[in-house]
Amino acid sequence: MSYYDFLFVIEVLVGGLLSGVMYSLVAIGFVLIYKTSGVLNFAQGSMVLFAALTFVSLVERRVPFALSLLITFAVMVALGFTIERTVLRPLVNRSPMTLFMATLGLSYIIEGAAQLIWGTQVHGLDLGIDDTPFEVGGVLISSFDLLAAAIAAAMVAGLSAFFYWTRIGLAFRAVADDQFAALAVGLRLPRIWGTVWTAAGFVALVAGLLWGARLGVQFSLSLIVLKALPVLVLGGFDSILGAIVGGLIIGASEKLAEVYLGPFVGGGIEGWFAYALALVVLLVRPSGLFGQKTVERV
Amino acid sequence: MAVQALDTARLPVDWAKLVQKLALPTALFVVAYGVVPAYASGYLVEAILLPFLALSLAAVGLNLLTGYCGQLSLGSSAFMAVGAFGAYNFNLRVEGLPLAVTMILAGISAAGFGVVFGLPSLRLRGFYLAVSTLAAQFFVQWALTKFGWFSNDNPSGVVSAPHLAVAGLSLDSATGRYLLSVTTVILITVLVSRLVNSATGRNFIAVRDNETAARVIGVPVLKTKLLAFALSSFIIGVAGVLWAFTYLRTVEPAGFNLDRSFQILFIIIIGGLASIRGAFLGAAFIVVFPLFLSRLGAFVFGGLFDSGVLDMSQRIVLGALIIIFLIAEPNGLSALFDRLKRRIGSRSS
Repeated sequence: MSYYDFLFVIEVLVGGLLSGVMYSLVAIGFVLIYKTSGVLNFAQGSMVLFAALTFVSLVERRVPFALSLLITFAVMVALGFTIERTVLRPLVNRSPMTLFMATLGLSYIIEGAAQLIWGTQVHGLDLGIDDTPFEVGGVLISSFDLLAAAIAAAMVAGLSAFFYWTRIGLAFRAVADDQFAALAVGLRLPRIWGTVWTAAGFVALVAGLLWGARLGVQFSLSLIVLKALPVLVLGGFDSILGAIVGGLIIGASEKLAEVYLGPFVGGGIEGWFAYALALVVLLVRPSGLFGQKTVERV
Repeated sequence: MAVQALDTARLPVDWAKLVQKLALPTALFVVAYGVVPAYASGYLVEAILLPFLALSLAAVGLNLLTGYCGQLSLGSSAFMAVGAFGAYNFNLRVEGLPLAVTMILAGISAAGFGVVFGLPSLRLRGFYLAVSTLAAQFFVQWALTKFGWFSNDNPSGVVSAPHLAVAGLSLDSATGRYLLSVTTVILITVLVSRLVNSATGRNFIAVRDNETAARVIGVPVLKTKLLAFALSSFIIGVAGVLWAFTYLRTVEPAGFNLDRSFQILFIIIIGGLASIRGAFLGAAFIVVFPLFLSRLGAFVFGGLFDSGVLDMSQRIVLGALIIIFLIAEPNGLSALFDRLKRRIGSRSS
């Protein structure tokens, strides 16, 4: 392999890792909710769409950037607590499958509502980040991707700090550990769930802005949920670290596979490659890389 | 003497009970083969009955896997696609293959596929499995669009369904396609309703309710799961053939997307999990409901809203209905139907 081939591999790898961070960004929203309530929230993708669409529509109506951000966040808070009140509370103590199907229905509602309110056309979103690639030792790196990675890192750090050093973070961990015990010591589950959905809404907002800036804000934004699922499976549904590592692995191997494996099978394999990879990992570790092992009892 | 007494005790036939038991099947039979072919309009058959029958069959198949055996699958439409493209290719490449054989072969290829994608279920549980069935969905769609061989190198990837005939009788008319569809659905449904009450069916339920307990009492869990995947995929594959050959009259990968998989899942949620009747009630609901909603929209609001708005409202209403059903009637339309029947029964007696 010549030096330039080697550089090219590195470039593909770095590009892949950075786009993997973008997947992790979506996956973290899932993990938050799964950890504390055991719900695989399929509506996370539509929440991303809803947040991005609300934000971009506000900006287009000449609302200042910061205010739009604030309003969108307020909307996501309202959405989080509404979901808790109308969907989760009546379904408490039902099987995880039931809750999953409920979030499927929820994703239909949120998608429909987002587009009914704001229209179905494609919106451009300019966050004022210039996307000129720069060179590090002969490898081209997208500055936008790098910034996205930095934002993701900051968010993970913030979330971790929140989980470990705040009272409500402690409550989150207690609920994640054992719901009944948490109830028994007097934690208010409904409020915690509402907060967790709000946190997931915040993650969706960040993901929506970054993804929206890259792809344009449109319906297909909600389909990134399908990109995040293999990441989750690979990393384990209940681990933030898993979501990050899973995202990096999926992003890098997906890009490498597309470049080096794609030509042999006619290309276009990014739709399923991540799933195949995740499946292989699952066959060795059925709860993902970092997922909690389940103990089976009769 | 004692033997004789026993015999005479058994001899009198409880006619009332027998009539009651046979009344519904007979009525359905008369409607399916007598009333519908004779009186139903072309629109009713083409736009409602044909999709209803194909989706019902797919829902019966998925119900076997998800409702009875407890393995959530999000890849149903991949298996439909395998069935449809399988049937198309068997028909194209094997000269003079009878339609019934084509359909069975298509079902078998779907079943084989189902077993392959069911293999992860031996290791994975719950959501991990559900996500891995998505792999089937994306892989099949990719393979069918990527390799022209499957659609006979047709440039658009859309191929029209072949001429349908059984024993020299053409079934290309709307009524003919309906008869083909309804016969297939009835046959498979009867077999499935026998199956779920057999030892195999009870094994399915045991695995669903508590896998570890099932293993402890000696249910062959691995075999049962794979059998569920195979049977379910077979039925869904045949449903795919019906969907493509009798309803759409074209075979194309785009029709078998993730939304279709969700639609079939919604059918069994709305209709009722682990209920064969539920699959039919749910399918009827899913087919008729959008038509009803768009008629209602046009009637109430006139041309005030464009089709996009209507489409979105339909999505919202459908999503809301799923949640409402999950909350208020977890056993679906099937349970609702039972309650209604009991209420009417108690009033008349």
